[in-house]
Amino acid sequence: MDVLNGLVLLMNFVVVPALSYGSQLALGALGVTLIYGILRFSNFAHGDTMAFGTGITILGTWGLQAWGVTLGILPTALLALPLGILVTMGIVLVTDRVVYRFYRRQRARPVILVIASVGVMFIMNALTRFIIGTDDRAFADGPRFLVNAPAFKAATGLDEGLSIKATAALTVVVAVIAVGLLFWFLNSTRTGKSMRAYSDNEDLALLSGINPERVVTITWIIATTLAVTAGVLYGLDKSFRPFNYYALLLPTFAAAIVGGLGNPLGAIAGGFLIAFSEVSFTYAFKKVVGYLTPGTWEPPGLVQLLSTDYKFAVSFTILIIVLLFRPTGIFRGKSA
Amino acid sequence: MSQNRVAERHGSQRMRAAVLFALVGLLFLLEALTGSWNTMLGIFNMALVSAIMALGVNMQWGYAGLFNVGIVGFVALGGLAPVLISIPPNHEALAAGGWRIPVALLVGVLAIIAAILVYGRTRGRLRGIAVTAILIGGFVLYRAIFDPAVEIVETTNPSFAGNIGGLGINRIFGLHVGVLLAWPVGMLLAAGAAWVIGKIALGLRSDYLAIATLGIGEIIIAVLKNEDWLARGVKNMTNIPRPVPYEVDLQQSTYWQGWAAAFGTDPVTFSTIFVKLCWMALFLVILLGIIWLSERAINSPWGRMMRAIRDNETAAEAMGKDVTRRHLQIFVIGSAVCGLAGAMMVTMNGVLVPSEYTPLRYTFLVWVMVIVGGSGNNWGSVLGAFLIYYLYIKVGDWGPSLMHSLTAGMQPGPIKDHLVDSAAHMRMMTLGVILLLVLRFSPRGLLPER
Repeated sequence: MDVLNGLVLLMNFVVVPALSYGSQLALGALGVTLIYGILRFSNFAHGDTMAFGTGITILGTWGLQAWGVTLGILPTALLALPLGILVTMGIVLVTDRVVYRFYRRQRARPVILVIASVGVMFIMNALTRFIIGTDDRAFADGPRFLVNAPAFKAATGLDEGLSIKATAALTVVVAVIAVGLLFWFLNSTRTGKSMRAYSDNEDLALLSGINPERVVTITWIIATTLAVTAGVLYGLDKSFRPFNYYALLLPTFAAAIVGGLGNPLGAIAGGFLIAFSEVSFTYAFKKVVGYLTPGTWEPPGLVQLLSTDYKFAVSFTILIIVLLFRPTGIFRGKSA
Repeated sequence: MSQNRVAERHGSQRMRAAVLFALVGLLFLLEALTGSWNTMLGIFNMALVSAIMALGVNMQWGYAGLFNVGIVGFVALGGLAPVLISIPPNHEALAAGGWRIPVALLVGVLAIIAAILVYGRTRGRLRGIAVTAILIGGFVLYRAIFDPAVEIVETTNPSFAGNIGGLGINRIFGLHVGVLLAWPVGMLLAAGAAWVIGKIALGLRSDYLAIATLGIGEIIIAVLKNEDWLARGVKNMTNIPRPVPYEVDLQQSTYWQGWAAAFGTDPVTFSTIFVKLCWMALFLVILLGIIWLSERAINSPWGRMMRAIRDNETAAEAMGKDVTRRHLQIFVIGSAVCGLAGAMMVTMNGVLVPSEYTPLRYTFLVWVMVIVGGSGNNWGSVLGAFLIYYLYIKVGDWGPSLMHSLTAGMQPGPIKDHLVDSAAHMRMMTLGVILLLVLRFSPRGLLPER
């Protein structure tokens, strides 16, 4: 019984949160990695793109709620998500025309594009705050829990309850669908194949008649869709504050690099690796250890490796380890 | 003939620099006349500190093409030095067990060093097991010493102290200039952090350095905010001694009151301006010293080598230059200069406020200064620092007041409130637009590299 209690506790505080956080990171990292594969720079504006898209989605959600439109058991935000994606896509494509295309034509060094993306980050950052302010915004509606703790305890007779937030479950489902669609697109459609070809070998792809501007446009469209989806899921699951999305930048980059920049499969693996490490390094295992050891003994300390204030130090450390021992990432991405 | 042309170009560039500096000087003069000399000097002194940061970044970016996104971390680390050097030690906390904190840190560092040594000397499976064992053992030992000691320190008189304090070096030869010792120490702290990061991330893709520095910047700030035993965290560290006289002391001396009367001002204004002028003199000496040294460096064979590496790494490598090593060198030096600026700023403000270290203000603003001023040109960085810092302060004032006057005719209500609030984000927007415009249309900046 104690062992079961311990496992439920682990599920509740480590596995479930890490799964949903990992899905959000994976979606974000996929966007970063695709942009890196095609445009060959690390997009610092990615976090603020997420924030901007989420802000628009929240406005749409409020509008729908005011009209009395809801989605039943699902959050209304899902209905407003396409609006958020479309508006953000518009802005991102304008940015590409106005900012990035010039440097692409010039074949500027990647670091110049990175700096340009920092400028774009500022503008997106300010736009988001103009639109929706800096405060916490809650926009989740519908039932809060898929499985709630008291009901779980009553059904199983265990001391520990398992609660699964509806948004956490939704995150995982949406992420699986999005990733499935993405891989189908990359592997089975003509456009997707041309993207992979362009990513693998630009010159050869150009020789075989692939239109680079079209590939770039489609990359932005996909990356933005993934980013806004990730942002909205993150906002539903935690809460929306523009600054949090800047803070997501480091784990997202770490996930993409750990998996190998330019490698979509790696980005997903990286996202989950970062999420699970972050959650389990900052979780206090005191009670779990108490359950799993015989008798009523509990460890004196919290058995917490790091305080939650340092959770991004985990992604940083993983990043450093990867850079030290395998700079191309676990799944061989672009060259070091 | 070509020599003539070169001389002519140098001449016209000097002219251009002189005119631009004069224009920026005019902005500050205008501020003094429309506002007050006191506020102008305040902005000026911070601009001097920003100029030193910009020089540090210019070394990394302008000389070597390295993109550092963690400047805020190096500045904050430098800012820790005045606390460590000149705040008196907290004997009560140290005696109660606080002395074990440095011991714990030493254990941690030794464990890492031991792991690195073992890693280099073993092979195969043994290596994996030995290194993991050393690291885990070291971590457990470190936490076993560290946690209880921190507990003791943070509960000792928490409302006033709750930290271990510093070395308490304040008086040297009877003068209150001990805190100046913190400036080189700040350089060393920043240089140490930069060495570790550079050792890991340099020599790989250029993006990796950017991301690694982003991470280290965030971590340094998080440590300063959360480790209360070190510098009281978000409770802030106040009363950091300073090498210049205090306004209050001046105002109380009758001699001073006589001087003020002779200048026809009241003693209070006169003393604040005098103190600001003291800081200005001190900072100017440092700034000019750094410019002189970097000009010497950039015009030496070493400087030519750095530029050769920046412009064509492959060619420089073919000539036998160790690119990664040079990059590490310049990265460490540049970060040390940022650390120096951080230490100077905290000394001037007399407080360490960890929550004030935002990437916007101390990383990206400095970047905009360097790029607008002219990357690769020291005077350009200084010019950029003065211009951009002035605009940063003024746009922060203008945005809200502009929005107030624009919305003056509106009914009070949530929409008006929202508009007025949002004006505060104008700074960010302006910075982004300026960065993009300069990068696109004038990538060499106001004062291009010669």
